[in-house]
Amino acid sequence: MRVGAALLACCWVVTALAGDVRAPRSFLSPELQALQDDPARHPGWLWVEQGEALWRAAPPDSGKQACAGCHGDIASMSGVAARYPAVASDGALLNLELRIERCRAEQQGASAFGYESEALLSLTAAIAARSRGQPVNVRVDGPAAARLADGRRLYSLRQGQLNLSCQQCHEENVGKRLRGDVISHGLGTGYPAYRLEWNGVGSLHRRLRACSLGVRAVQAPFGSPDYLALELFLADKARGLAVEAPGIRR
Amino acid sequence: MADITARVTMPTSARKGEIIEIKVLARHTMDRAVDAPGLKPSPRRIIHSFRASYAGEEIFRMALSSGIASNPFISFTTVATETGVISFEWLEDGGAVYSRAATLVVT
Amino acid sequence: MADKAPTRRMVAAGLAVMPFAVQAQPMASAAADVNRSSSSENFAEAERALLAGRTPIAAGITLDVPKLSENGNSVDVLINVDSAMTREDHVRAIHILSEQNPFPRVATFTLSARAGRAEVATRIRLATTQNIVVLAETSRGAIHRAEQEVIVILGACVDGG
Repeated sequence: MRVGAALLACCWVVTALAGDVRAPRSFLSPELQALQDDPARHPGWLWVEQGEALWRAAPPDSGKQACAGCHGDIASMSGVAARYPAVASDGALLNLELRIERCRAEQQGASAFGYESEALLSLTAAIAARSRGQPVNVRVDGPAAARLADGRRLYSLRQGQLNLSCQQCHEENVGKRLRGDVISHGLGTGYPAYRLEWNGVGSLHRRLRACSLGVRAVQAPFGSPDYLALELFLADKARGLAVEAPGIRR
Repeated sequence: MADITARVTMPTSARKGEIIEIKVLARHTMDRAVDAPGLKPSPRRIIHSFRASYAGEEIFRMALSSGIASNPFISFTTVATETGVISFEWLEDGGAVYSRAATLVVT
Repeated sequence: MADKAPTRRMVAAGLAVMPFAVQAQPMASAAADVNRSSSSENFAEAERALLAGRTPIAAGITLDVPKLSENGNSVDVLINVDSAMTREDHVRAIHILSEQNPFPRVATFTLSARAGRAEVATRIRLATTQNIVVLAETSRGAIHRAEQEVIVILGACVDGG
């Protein structure tokens, strides 16, 4: 068990570059980068605060332990977010949100929080924050290989009324502007993120649903196999880049 | 009464006469009043006031409008005068008051 | 004495901060409350009401706002008024006004000499590109004014969320 995760926002132990893929933070203005680095001003830390309280609280009604009852201090979660999404023992690809929901159902005998609920976002943000600054390192071999291939296929698939693939914006036009936005590599290392557009914290799948809407494609449900495969592909693409969660995004 | 998620960032200790910086964040949607055609009308529900007291005496106050961003952030300063409790209150439309407090040790 | 006291560290609420209630003595009301502003009041009327016949001094305030704001939902505002902050001469109120928002009075900060510095910060909403005006009233009755334009950039990747 790893303990004693440094939560210092200035502690970026990983370089901003991995290959030619730039860290998501490098697409932010200096002002938003400073905000992302300052827990005294970063509103996403309100969700971290709430998530840490949930970590310590036993689920009502089930009579089972709190997360802390098995895992100890939340500091033990250091590095975990950098390894997700990951394939579970039963073969299911789980991201951090679904891993928490499964733990809640199987170990705590409690009802699911629900994808995109404030409770699940808070707990996910609190756990992910413990990996801040650590390099993304997901497994893509073994049972994950097929899901990675699914993700790669979706990434290059033209979709929607605009007939655009993820790749056309986020590889072929990186750095160019779409109105006031600069097109990034579209990586998920800052999620769950506090997005100014949302006035709150949201998941990567919420962001992907906004992308689907943007190209006038059918939005997949939260936690759908397609978005999970895409999340794994994006995490593989972000390999070696620092976890930024909870990030600040426009 | 429901509580609010809030964060206060300030030093735990300071030298007498030193000016300390206090930064506070509170989780609140700061809902504007809705009264437009086609939309369900709803009243304004915001944090309308914030107060800070130091050893029982008010040192700072802010009146907020619906023009303040969601999850309001406020930063201000005070002179460290004596060891004591600095308390913070957020006042919400409808009458709810949320409070936090922290101790400043003055050496 | 060492420059940095070893006992000094920063705290965040939830760790060392506990819910607590104090019956505080309110400060003397320095200015009209933003919550008392009429919904029909426009920017010019709000500024005129705050000036109350005084001619503002176009100096003494550093107003730090981004020239380009990436989202009107959250715009950083940092205000610093040049003042000794003594009992005799201090800033007692700072007002933020917006030219184009539905409500021109955005915020009022009430300070005393105990602040040490007349320095406050917050985050505001801007409906559109516009001028932000800050008025600072001193205990001696002077009023200072600063103004700065903020251009609100429109993003492409919005989802109405």
